[in-house]
Amino acid sequence: MEVYLYIALFAPLVGSLFAGLFGAYPKMLFTGVIASGLLFASFVSSAILLNYVLTGHTVHVEMMTWIAAGDLYIPFGFVVDQVSVTMMMVVSVVSTVVHVYSIGYMAHDKGFNRFFSYLSAFVFSMMVLVMSDNFLGLFIGWEGVGLCSWLLIGFWYHKESATWAANEAFIMNRIADLAMLIGIFMMYWNLGSLQYDVVFANVATLPMHIITWIGIFLFIGAMGKSAQFPLHTWLADAMEGPTPVSALIHAATMVTAGVYLVVRANPIYSEIPDVGNAIASLGAFVAMFAATMALVNRDMKRIIAYSTLSQLGYMFVAAGLGAYWVALFHLMAHAFFKALLFLGAGNVMHAMHDELDPFKMGGLKKSMKGTWIFMTLASVALAGIYPLAGFFSKDLILEVAFVEQHYILYTVLLLTAGLTAFYSFRLVALIFHGNERHLEHGIHPHEAYSFMLYAMAPLAVLAVIAGMVFKTPYYLMVTNLLPAMTYHIHNHTTFWIMTIGTQLFVIAAITYAYKKYAKAVKVDKKVESGLLYQLLYNQYYIPKIYDEVFSKPYLKLSKLAWKEIDLKIVDATVDGIANVIYQTGEKTHTMQNGNLSSMLRWMVIGLVVLLVLAVAFTAGYNAVNLQAM
Amino acid sequence: MEITLTHYLVLSTVLFAIGLIGVMRRKNLLMLFFATEILLNAVNIGMAAISHYRGDYTGQMFAFFIIAIAASEVAVGLGLLIVWYKRTGKIDLDQMTSMRG
Repeated sequence: MEVYLYIALFAPLVGSLFAGLFGAYPKMLFTGVIASGLLFASFVSSAILLNYVLTGHTVHVEMMTWIAAGDLYIPFGFVVDQVSVTMMMVVSVVSTVVHVYSIGYMAHDKGFNRFFSYLSAFVFSMMVLVMSDNFLGLFIGWEGVGLCSWLLIGFWYHKESATWAANEAFIMNRIADLAMLIGIFMMYWNLGSLQYDVVFANVATLPMHIITWIGIFLFIGAMGKSAQFPLHTWLADAMEGPTPVSALIHAATMVTAGVYLVVRANPIYSEIPDVGNAIASLGAFVAMFAATMALVNRDMKRIIAYSTLSQLGYMFVAAGLGAYWVALFHLMAHAFFKALLFLGAGNVMHAMHDELDPFKMGGLKKSMKGTWIFMTLASVALAGIYPLAGFFSKDLILEVAFVEQHYILYTVLLLTAGLTAFYSFRLVALIFHGNERHLEHGIHPHEAYSFMLYAMAPLAVLAVIAGMVFKTPYYLMVTNLLPAMTYHIHNHTTFWIMTIGTQLFVIAAITYAYKKYAKAVKVDKKVESGLLYQLLYNQYYIPKIYDEVFSKPYLKLSKLAWKEIDLKIVDATVDGIANVIYQTGEKTHTMQNGNLSSMLRWMVIGLVVLLVLAVAFTAGYNAVNLQAM
Repeated sequence: MEITLTHYLVLSTVLFAIGLIGVMRRKNLLMLFFATEILLNAVNIGMAAISHYRGDYTGQMFAFFIIAIAASEVAVGLGLLIVWYKRTGKIDLDQMTSMRG
């Protein structure tokens, strides 16, 4: 089994290095094909491992020693257990699909080879993240995905906005990673190990406040990666990257790493239910907060990004309330339908010549039938209509909140479910229905290559069946490792009222969205100039506030440091030293006038000085030593 | 009056000082060689004297080596001097300034 583990882990790395060899060359089709093939090998290996884990085994290997100094011993160790194999499947399925899709999507891009190199490197980092058997290995993967995310958001580096967004994402993540690193240090300091099994076995013996701080610091790390409030602004700006990147990194895999961390560290969070409650509350807040921003946005990709943010909030509610398996389940289901949604958006973008405003589209279902079906399917799954994936995973989170008697969270999440359905179908209605507004802009849409649609098909199938078919086997498998809690509402009447009520509410929201946007788009000037609309449209003015509160003072501080400290103190000191040396040389170079007798005089002077020094030092040395005796 | 080690060392020092002054003051290259010889032989006197008084022959052996090296040095030096004189007709130190820094 170990060989499959190594294939699953290293095949993406091989693909990345191979494509990287041709990074500076123009497009070569085989780099994409080979990278995709290696990803498929990784997927097959993951599937074999999944089969193995389903029979009740786990694989744990120690590849080699990494750090061994004194008591510190950290190996390159990898573990395939019920949780990591779930993540491996999600990562390898989505990334294989995205790789194949990208062959078509990036077909006319100059950086084709470079793109595949980065994308496969990302998958490798993600695999390290999910498969590591210790926190430091997880951290390395964590940083690796951060780096690849930076490379890919700024993939079109000639665009100012893309480089800006890449840097924003990177810097925000650094802030969170610092907290995570502190958490890891605290763990090592108090427990003397970073291996999962050792840490989780001993964490309960620590004093309460230390566990609390470890939990908080780790969660701040997760907040950065999963773009939770207040570190959320980078995710929407990250949509500057190519769309397959958004699908793979900023919807399905990397942003869920924070959820994975909380799920993985569940023995720590089980000890501190208060922190768990805080996580759940923040999650519910973000779910609502992001969904409201998605309601009015006019950028197709940003709407989907806010939707991702909102769904991450759902996952944190589940994880915070101790329903770790539910969080992981929603992570999986969400990865499938959200990646599908993004890839569909990519098709639309190509057809619309990179136009992102859905108000300039419309009626695309005629020319883009396949994409229309896929995106509708993904939106239905996202809205949580029976029997698609979202129904099983998202409604389960609602039930968790209800059963755990957090009725406020439940209400917030229920309302958010309605908002989710509304903005998803607002998008679908604007893009695919109504009159063809894009004709005014002289755009004639065409469907994407058929192999891209075939590549998306597996995700569509998974978005339909992932909830219904996988729930029971997934539950049975993953509860070997995670707390096996079932969330049943014992009163049958309540259960049915809730389920049907939620469904009706969601369907009503969908109908409203269709009604409002599917026919003709009327722009209501009164609403749009209203305070609430402006607040939502400007993302609660948070980017502006950050700009005013952090960026501008920081710029001022930097300028001050540059002009006052750097130029007047540091540079002046260095220049002064150089000046003294230069002047000394300038003054003394007359010594070397080439005249032998004056040189001889200098030599004699030097000799005398050395003699005097030798005598003086000998005398001094003797004096000190004699005294000591 | 008995001649002691001190006398020899004083002689050696005086000779060394004369040699140093010669090295510094002389402008004639030939005189410079003489001054160098005085310096070397001042050291030789010191070595031979100390060697004798300590009963250790290492110093005297070194004196021999120095004499041999001084001889060869003078041979080479005089050869160069003659070449220089043939080329320029002078052996004045102040004119040898081609090694200006």
